Amino acid sequence: MSADDGDAGPADIVTEVTGTGVPVRGNDIDTDQIIPARFLKVVTFDGLGQFAFFDVRFDDEDNPKEHPFNEEQFQGASVLAVNANFGCGSSREHAPQALMRWGIDAIVGESFAEIFAGNCLALGIPTVTASQEDVEALQDFIDQNPDAEVEVDVVEEEVRYGDTVVDATVDDAQKRALVEGVWDTTALMGANADTVKETAASLPYTNV
Amino acid sequence: MSEGTLYDKVWDRHEVTELPTGQTQLFVGLHLVHEVTSPQAFGMLEERGLDVAYPERTHATVDHIVPTADQSRPYSDDAAEEMMSELERNVRDAGIEFDDPTTGRQGIVHVVGPEQGLTQPGMTIVCGDSHTATHGAFGALAFGIGTSQIRDVLATGCIAMEKQKVRRIEVTGELDEGVTPKDVILTVIRRLGTDGGVGYVYEYGGEAIQDMDMAGRMSICNMSIEGGARAGYVNPDETTYEYLEGRDRVPEGEAFEELKAYWESVASDADAEYDDVVTIDGSELEPVVTWGTTPGQGIGISEEIPAPEDLPADKADSARAAQEHMDVEPGDTMDGYEVDVAFLGSCTNARLPDLREAAEVVKGREVHEDVRGLVVPGSQRVKAAAEAEGLDEVFKDAGFEWRGAGCSMCLGMNEDQLVGDERCASSSNRNFVGRQGSKDGRTVLMSPPMVAAAAVTGEVTDVRDLERFEEVRA
Ligand code: SF4
Repeated sequence: MSADDGDAGPADIVTEVTGTGVPVRGNDIDTDQIIPARFLKVVTFDGLGQFAFFDVRFDDEDNPKEHPFNEEQFQGASVLAVNANFGCGSSREHAPQALMRWGIDAIVGESFAEIFAGNCLALGIPTVTASQEDVEALQDFIDQNPDAEVEVDVVEEEVRYGDTVVDATVDDAQKRALVEGVWDTTALMGANADTVKETAASLPYTNV
Repeated sequence: MSEGTLYDKVWDRHEVTELPTGQTQLFVGLHLVHEVTSPQAFGMLEERGLDVAYPERTHATVDHIVPTADQSRPYSDDAAEEMMSELERNVRDAGIEFDDPTTGRQGIVHVVGPEQGLTQPGMTIVCGDSHTATHGAFGALAFGIGTSQIRDVLATGCIAMEKQKVRRIEVTGELDEGVTPKDVILTVIRRLGTDGGVGYVYEYGGEAIQDMDMAGRMSICNMSIEGGARAGYVNPDETTYEYLEGRDRVPEGEAFEELKAYWESVASDADAEYDDVVTIDGSELEPVVTWGTTPGQGIGISEEIPAPEDLPADKADSARAAQEHMDVEPGDTMDGYEVDVAFLGSCTNARLPDLREAAEVVKGREVHEDVRGLVVPGSQRVKAAAEAEGLDEVFKDAGFEWRGAGCSMCLGMNEDQLVGDERCASSSNRNFVGRQGSKDGRTVLMSPPMVAAAAVTGEVTDVRDLERFEEVRA
């Protein structure tokens, strides 16, 4: 997937993502870092890719700083390797949208903030967790082998690179959604409109 | 698995069915909408040719981008004007009630919902905003959601969710003078970590919580998300019912009594089972301030800033970076940390009681000559009520700017932003790098009275050391 293609959106079924990696190190990387608030003044998500990690990537004169997303060898990467509590902070879907439009199709991390992971799922981006040790080893590997492929296997719950196979975890609902292609919750829930009406009517506060 | 908690009961009442994903389809009792996260969702709905399923259970306001100084239209910022127009069009087309600034009801979505009585116990409430947890103060299940989920709610009146675990956070004892709910929640986050709540919903209880007014409970629930929990709540009680009675959206008379019976029925049972219980002694707390760049990096005002190497290995690196950014040294206290800006606002702490407490500190004092002081009431109603009791005069006399309602410098999406590496004493909820509009800006989170104290002294100050408290103690 090229950065910023216009029709970025969930694939029907995502069983595996394979591509080169990019490591972004640090715990508690929040959504304000992933996409600063001033870039949220938009009514569509188009074009957000260029603003991913903007304030840590560019200085006041917009000159590039040292950041993996700026480095030549990581351009074209699709597997992002991060540490703990990635995506904490606001509920802005602009954050995974920016990453996706930069080119990210899967994220491997120690842990993810829940709303962020949910936002990723809605875009068909797996957020796969692994131990701190395994994630750090993966990040080191990517640093040394920026051209090597990393395979994120949602079905087997594994991350594979070089000769290494890492045990990973994919949240149950996420796995089912990705693997069975039932991520479109609007359609799923829309089919139950009558039951929804019954539930609504059974609540004491809906009829006052 | 938890049993008999408010979470379990409200969840069950709103469960529509189980989805093929294994998630539960939950009916949403109240959907709150603001301008930043909704336009894309309305766009998706339009693309699919779907209508808003329950416009009458949906309520909109505008908060993030509204200017708090000159609010005349069109806004001077084109992007802000475009977002506002988009929201106006979307709510008009869908028939959704909208508290635009001409109604006198506009404000931060998490201030507006409760003050109009839209927020009620036993409801499920969602909003495309992580601080939706605020509404849990009423004994509602309130979740922040992403844009695709907003589309879900708009189209179906429901969200798909997995059930989480429930952690009871028991705050015992009585808070000391000068110690506020903000200090309690900063302590919770510091102890349990910014990711300690992942997978959990927090139930706050115990004597200190029961003694709090609704504003205090909202401050606590508001920052559940900073502790990693998707939601937080307090069981409804007389304080809750008294607050609600007589509000716009709360029925009167017999209907009120009927609703109240429901509200009482959803409170956690005395013998409810929790997945985890944590106890915090509220009587031991002192005012808490942050020294770093996550809300978990906080300390009591008399405590020393920790050395990174003394922290758990996985916290050391971020602590080092944070201390460099904040320009603080391990071993120092935050007491005396100079500030350039004092910001009193946000959905955490910009309700009437917050402003009253801060005004009490400010009264008869002056904002330090090197400090820019900003009071941004949480809503137009808060503003009007504060003006009715003369709080605006207290702040203005002291040298604060008295602004219109909105998110303002909490996230710097309008013109209210830190400049360069300014340091800000802030009553908001996030001290992330760049949060207040400047990537070199520095934010110290604290309670409203502490912000007031910092404003007058020009540095982070233990509010209890100010004269008022000395007099009380003497
Ligand atoms: S006041 Fe701040 S935290 Fe609250 S809704 Fe506005 S931007 Fe978000």
